[in-house]
Formats: sequence, structure tokens, C-alpha cells
Amino acid sequence: MARTDSLQGSLDLLILKILSRRAPLHGYALMTAITEISGEVLRVEEGSLYPALHRLEEESWIQAEWITKENGRRSRIYQLSEEGKRRLPMEETRWTSVSAAIHQVLKMA
Amino acid sequence: MGLLSRIGNVFRPDRLRREVDEELADHLACAAEEGRGPAEARRALGNAVRHREASMDIRMAGWLDALRSDVLFGIRQLRRRPVITAAAIVSLALAIGAVTSAFRLIDAALLRPLPVADPHSLFVITYSFVNDVTSKADEAESFSYPQFVELREAVKGKAELMVVSYSSRVDLTYGGDDAMERGYRQMVSGSHFRLMGLQPALGRLLSEADDKTPGGHPVAVISHDYWTRRFGQSPKAVGQTFRLGTVLYEIVGVLRPGYTGTETGVMTDFYIPAMQNADAIREPGWQWMRVWARLAPGAEVDPVRQALQASLTANRRERVKLWPADTPKEQLEQFVHSRLELRSAAAGVSSMQRNYRRPLWVLGAVVLLVLLIACTNVANLLTAQAAAREKEMALRVSIGAGRGRLVQLMLVECLLLAGSAAVLGGLFAWWSAPFVVRMINPPEIPARLHLPADWRVLGFSVLLALLVTVLFGMAPALRASGVKPASALKGGDDPHARRRLMNVLVAAQVAFCFLVHFVAGLFISSFERLSNQPTGFATNGVVLLETQVKGNFPANQRPQQNWEEIREKLRGVPGVQKVALSSFALMGSSSSSVAIRIPNRPPDTISPYLLGISRGWLDAMEIRLLSGRDFTLTDRWGAGKPDGPPVESRVIVNEAFARRYFDGQDPVGKSFETHLGKQNQLVRNEIVGYVRDARYRDLREPIRPTIYAPMGESGWGTFAVRTEEQGAVSQGAALRRIVSEARPEFRVVNVRMQADLVREQTLRERLLATLSLFFAAVALILAAVGLYGVLNYAVVQRRREIGIRIALGARSAHVARQVSGDVFVMLLVGSAFGLGAGLAGERFVESLLYEVKGTDLWRLATPALTLLGAALLAAIPPVFLATRTDPATALRNE
Repeated sequence: MARTDSLQGSLDLLILKILSRRAPLHGYALMTAITEISGEVLRVEEGSLYPALHRLEEESWIQAEWITKENGRRSRIYQLSEEGKRRLPMEETRWTSVSAAIHQVLKMA
Repeated sequence: MGLLSRIGNVFRPDRLRREVDEELADHLACAAEEGRGPAEARRALGNAVRHREASMDIRMAGWLDALRSDVLFGIRQLRRRPVITAAAIVSLALAIGAVTSAFRLIDAALLRPLPVADPHSLFVITYSFVNDVTSKADEAESFSYPQFVELREAVKGKAELMVVSYSSRVDLTYGGDDAMERGYRQMVSGSHFRLMGLQPALGRLLSEADDKTPGGHPVAVISHDYWTRRFGQSPKAVGQTFRLGTVLYEIVGVLRPGYTGTETGVMTDFYIPAMQNADAIREPGWQWMRVWARLAPGAEVDPVRQALQASLTANRRERVKLWPADTPKEQLEQFVHSRLELRSAAAGVSSMQRNYRRPLWVLGAVVLLVLLIACTNVANLLTAQAAAREKEMALRVSIGAGRGRLVQLMLVECLLLAGSAAVLGGLFAWWSAPFVVRMINPPEIPARLHLPADWRVLGFSVLLALLVTVLFGMAPALRASGVKPASALKGGDDPHARRRLMNVLVAAQVAFCFLVHFVAGLFISSFERLSNQPTGFATNGVVLLETQVKGNFPANQRPQQNWEEIREKLRGVPGVQKVALSSFALMGSSSSSVAIRIPNRPPDTISPYLLGISRGWLDAMEIRLLSGRDFTLTDRWGAGKPDGPPVESRVIVNEAFARRYFDGQDPVGKSFETHLGKQNQLVRNEIVGYVRDARYRDLREPIRPTIYAPMGESGWGTFAVRTEEQGAVSQGAALRRIVSEARPEFRVVNVRMQADLVREQTLRERLLATLSLFFAAVALILAAVGLYGVLNYAVVQRRREIGIRIALGARSAHVARQVSGDVFVMLLVGSAFGLGAGLAGERFVESLLYEVKGTDLWRLATPALTLLGAALLAAIPPVFLATRTDPATALRNE
């Protein structure tokens, strides 16, 4: 099974995509979602998730709020902002073209 | 979000830290719920502290956070040495406050545009002339109404001209004579308000319809400020009438707030049409107003100027045709070829600007020098401090701090100093600028200058604080940041470099201080000389009643008898010693002159002063009669009525007159000729009296030949009332009442004290002397503190060396010379530079001086001796400390 740790750059896209599909999620749930959907291929390095989330938040692509769960613990949940919704298609296109290019190189070389 | 939220986050780092921690803890809790082992989950998450810092950096602006910690560190550093910090802040605050105040004054008086539409297309017309007393080229701006009409026609279509009279203080009343009030009046063309683009807050403003008939438009527009002060903004003000002189005026409108008239320094209360100066409308000889021009949109200045020049020259060519045939050609040429200029009137035009333009800039330069001294002081203090912090800096560099980061650290500290100083200085300026304005004019007619604290002033203070920070902070900051850790931790490779820098700063400080003292010395002696000028007449206890006659005298009475009648009444008042009458007061702003011909001599280029006086006036004013006699009731002056009997004109002259025309011989019995009256008739005047010189109008000008003539029929006059000195001021009101009780058609329009008139002549010199003395004192204190700081530092730094010297048997005197030698050399070098700058700069202040030259030996000695004294005082404590160094302790400490 191939493991890909080098998610640099693609992590932001994954976060945006997942948040666009699902109800607001907290960090752990987001991480689980990435792992599950990718069929356990992509595994987010847990430590790098939060700086990425905070960076996206400061860029205003996602919004965060604190909720209190039934067990009394507070959880910070994230969802896509208007700005993020606008950015997502662009990021997707960029990613598709980059991966297509890489694919091309792999085939031709 | 974005930058704003990051800046916000900088100020709540604790909360941010807690939140990140809580989020990470939540992550671990979720992992536990999924059944993962806590150790494994923690390992998977990685180093929590590192993540937290990464997130913190993302969520705060990095440099801002660094800045915040620098500020906190800076405050701690400053608080660690409270005395030095306080000294630095106070000296900077004083200097910054003084500079800000100077800026406020200069801005308000000279730079700020009038609050009118497009002020930059407004001009005032001036013309050149040669002052016949000083023979210096000068510029004047007074025009007569007929001349104005000609000029107006000359530039039709290119520019619109308007009459703007001098703002003058007048007495008016809304009720009877016992309820006189004072107000500032300007007479303006009807077009004035339209051309200025002003709107009424209430009623109407003047218009072209008010420019028709001389004396036919008794209406007034009042300023918003006056409306507020006098009427509490009541709408009923419009329609009210007041009496001014002998005419009733109706208030027809109120201006919107902001506009205070065209004369910066005076706030005009009300405006009446120029037509109300009825006698002056057709009179070509009365020059009583300025002419303002509003250029048409797109019009160039130069063509307008040329058209005006052509009109003025043509007018003057006509006028000189009436002059006596033997007038010197040179004088004629000067008059005809007077050059007309259009001067920008964007910031208003006033005599205050004319008189105070140069003094304000000079004071600005002086306070700037004081600021430089203060900056040098703080730079010195910081340099000394930097020595103590060299090891700290070295440590910072060793653990990886960048040079830029260190400069930032130091500059933040400086900025804290400058910032607090700027706030204190702002308070100082807030208090001091109006204080200075109050000194500009005599207390009863204060200069009123709008001194707003708006963005201009605020911006200036902020810029100043930044500039100051760079000035005093940059050098020490760069030095500190350029530290080489290896050598600094060892004890430094050039321990004297810092002291050299400090010595140079001391020299600069001394030079600035010397310059300030030099200038202050010039101003102070000018003031002394001027105020000790003898006036030649009595001033104490003389009350002046400026009196006007309303309407016509009864046909059967001679006016002199009326004035005489009132004189008698006034003389009866208890406490009054003598009463006399003149056409106007000495040393007021009025003057009159008349061209004369001495038989068998060429015509003179200057015209003697002329003053109409009653008999007894010379006695009342204590102007001593040297020979001949005083006037009698029957003496007359002038040509008499064309149809009346011939008049023998008699006059009294002063010493200057005798010196100029009769070689200083007693002139009694001699005579001269004057052209007088409407027919320009040649009249022979016999000199019957010869008196001591007395000042006429100005303390500064040389005493001019003066003719005293018997006062004739007149609707105007000024009573000089000699009283017992005590209570003279309080008698003004009583005397005023006596006059109108004696004769209801006589009205006192102004009460003044002769002593005040004289004192007003020296106001500018007093202001310059007072302020420059103050700044000289400040500069001296700052320089002394600076010297002390440097010497003290030198002694502390060289403690071990001194210890060794003393241990080896050096005498106290030797040690004292050793530590103070450098500084005294710097004192000499600085004084030399200051002296050079002072002598070079003297010509900039020359016009403000009175009979004072900078090159007098003692004048150069004063600043030098003062500085030397201050330096000695400042040197005593550190030198004492040095000579008392105990070798054992000094060496043990190291």
C-alpha cells in the first residue's frame, strides 16, 4: 500500500474539498475523513493539520467557531467561507492541470 | 480576518495560546474516544509546543509580535533608569513643545490659507516706494478709492478687484453713549463676499447693490463669532441697529462660521460697505484701504499685473503735474516708476504678518536649535547607556539576533522616549502658543489668532517625533548593533571610540547653545535700548480721549470755543491737573506731514511731521519750550478761507527742524513756506516757538523735523488729560461721561493711556527678548546637563585608570585636568563654530535689531562667559568624583 506523506500543497485542497461537502467538522474528524475517503491511502500527518487549518483561517478561506459537545468539551469546528467557496474550483482546476501534466510526463518519459 | 485580525491577535497572545492548546487537547480526546492509546496519539500528533508556536506565528503578524515584545522590553529598560529617562523626556518634551508651538504660530499666522473659495487665486496689490526717512526701498499697499476705481476698470474681464479696508477697532453702541462697546470693523466692496465665496448663516450678505451711493448704505454684516459672543446666536440679531460714530447701522446678515476677516491676527466683528466712508470716495489723497484681486478662472498673473501697472503709472504721471515745479527730478521719477506687484493673499494680509513674519521664523530657528541641543543630549545619554548594554547586545548577537532586529530594539526605545516627550510637548504647545499670541498685542487689543489643533498640527508633531527619534537614536542604535560579540565580551577593542563620539556631540551642543545665546543677546539689548529711548514727552498719568463731533456746529459759534468749553469742564474734574488738545495722539498710529520750502534753499526730499495742538498742550505733555512762546487762542495755521481775511500762519518747531533747516540756530522769528489748501496756495509760516525734540510716531526712526501748528476747526481731536498718577485708568470712563455731558454733540470714541501707546511700540522687541531669553536659559540648562553627563561617563569609564594614577601619586589637579581637558577643548571648538554661525547669521535678524551690532566685543563675551560658567558648574561634581577616587576600591571593583 502506497503511503503519501508529501501532501504539501494538496493538504489545503483536501481540507477545502471535504469541508465543501460535509457539515462543519473539527480537526480530528477532518483527518479521519481524509483517511477514510482516500481508502487509507492518504494519511495526514496529525501535527501539520492544525497549522494548515489556522493558515486557511487567516486567509479567510475557512471559518472556525467553538462549539460545546454533549460531554462538555469544547471543540473548534471549521467550515468553508464564501471566499473559500469561490476559491475551491480554482484550486481544483490548478490541481487537475498539474496532475495531468505530471501524468503526461510519466507516460512520455 | 487577515492583517487586522493578526494585529488584533498580537494583543491577546495568552488567549490565542490557550485556544490552540485546547484544540490540540480536543484532538487527543477524540483519538482516545476512537480507542487509540494516549501515548500513540500524542506521538502521532508530534511536538505540541512546536505546533502551537507554528500556529501562533500564523495567527499573528510575526514582526508585530516582535515589536510588542520590544516595546515591553523598552519600557522595562526605561523604567530601570528613571532619572535619566525623566531627564531625557523632559528636555525633549520642552524642545518638541517649543517647536510644535512655533509651528502652530507660524502655520496660523503665515501659512494657513483663508477659509474661502480658491484662496490661491486671491492677490493683494502692492507698490514700491522709497521711505523718505530711512531712504530704504519699501512696499506699501494703501490705495485711495478713486485710484481703486481706475485699477478696477483696467483689468475688467481678467480679474475682479475689491476694496478691503484695514480692520480697525471702533466704539459702537446698541443703546446710549454710556453703553459703548468695542468691535473690529472692516469696510469692504459689496462684491467682497461673492468674490470670497462666502454664504450667510442668516439674512443676507453685502452685494454690488451696496456699492452705489456714498454714505447711502448703512447696513452691516456680522461675523459668526461676533453673533455668538454678542447675541448668543439669537436670530433676532438681524434687524438690530447700532450706532457707529454718528450713523445708525442695521445688521442685515450673519456670516457662516470660519471666516474671520482678511487680516490674520485680527478677527473682524462686522463689515460695512466701503461706500459708508463717504468723504473718502471722491478723495484721491486718502489712502485708507487695500485692494484685493480675484483672478478670473484661467487668467495669468502677469498680464493682470501689467494692466494694473499701466494704470498706476498713468495715474501718477497725471498726479505729478500738480507738484511744485522745482520738485527734485529723482523724487518725481521714483513716484512715477513705482513698481506694482500682485502678492498672494491666500493666507490673508495683515500688519501682524508683516511685523512678525521674520521674528516668527527667527524664533522657529531658535527653537529648532534648542531641539537639536536636546537631541544631542539624549544621544549622549543613550551612548553612555549603550556602553553598559554592550554586553547585552553582544549576547543577543551571539544567540543569533540580526543587525536589523537590534536597530529595531534600540529605535523602539528611542521612539518610546520621543513619543512620551511628544505627548508632553503637545501639552506644552497647547498652553504656550496662545500665551505667545497674547504677547503680540497690548492686552486691551489682543491679537486674535485662530489656533486650531487639527491634522496639520497633529501630523507635524508625529513627523517631528519620528524625526527626533532618528536624529538622536540612529547613531547609538547603529553603534550598538554593530557590536562585535567577541571583542565586546572581552571588554571592547576601542574603548575611546565612544567617548570621541560623545565629545563631538558636546562640541555640536556648545555651538548650538552659543548661537542661541548670541541671538538672544542681540534681541535683549535691542529691547533694552528701545525701551530706554527717551520719548521727550510725559507719559505717566496721561489719559487720551479721542473725541468726535457729531453733525455740524451751531452756525453762530466758532468750533475752537466748543473745544475750549469742554477743556474747562475736564479741568474741573478732581485729580485732573492739566488738559490740552491735539489733532491726534503722539505714538498712536496716526501721522501727518507737510512739504515745506525754506526761502533761498532747494526743496527738501523729506516732509516734516505736522501736528495740530491747542495752547497749553506743550505744557501738559511736558515738552520744554527752548525759546519763543506757546500758542494763544488767536494764533492760526494755513491759508484761511478764500473769501475770508488773510491769515498769519504761526507755528512752533522742534530741534530736528532747526538742525536741518537753520543749522541748529534758534529759529524763532524765521519763516518758511507751505503749499496748503484746495487751491494749493503758497502760505508763509512764521516760527513763534522752538521746543525740545519729542517722539512723534515711531521709537525706531530718527527724530524727524516736526511742525506744531495751532489746531483749527475740526470735527476730530484728542484730549490729553494729565491726572494724578494713581487711578488714571479708572478715570477714563468718568472723563468720557463729562465730555458728552458738557456738549451732547461731542462724543469720546476711544480712551487710551499715553503710556500704553509708548509701550506698544516695543511689544515685538519685548516678545523677542522674552522668548529668546527663555530659550537661551533652556539651552544652557540642556547643554550643562549634557556636559555633566559626558564628564560623568568619562570619569566612571576611566575609574581604573584614575585609580592607578592616584596610586602612583598623581595630584588632584592633574587628575582634574586629565578628565576635563577633552571637554573644555570641545567647549572652545563649539564656541568657535557657534560664533562663526552667529556672525554669519546676523544679517537675517538685522532688521529686527535696534542700535545693536553683533560684533561688539562684550556681546561676544557674554555667551562665551555664560557657557564657561555653566560648563564649570557642570564639571564640578564629576571632577570632584574623579579626584576622590579611592585606588583600592576602584581596582578591586574591576
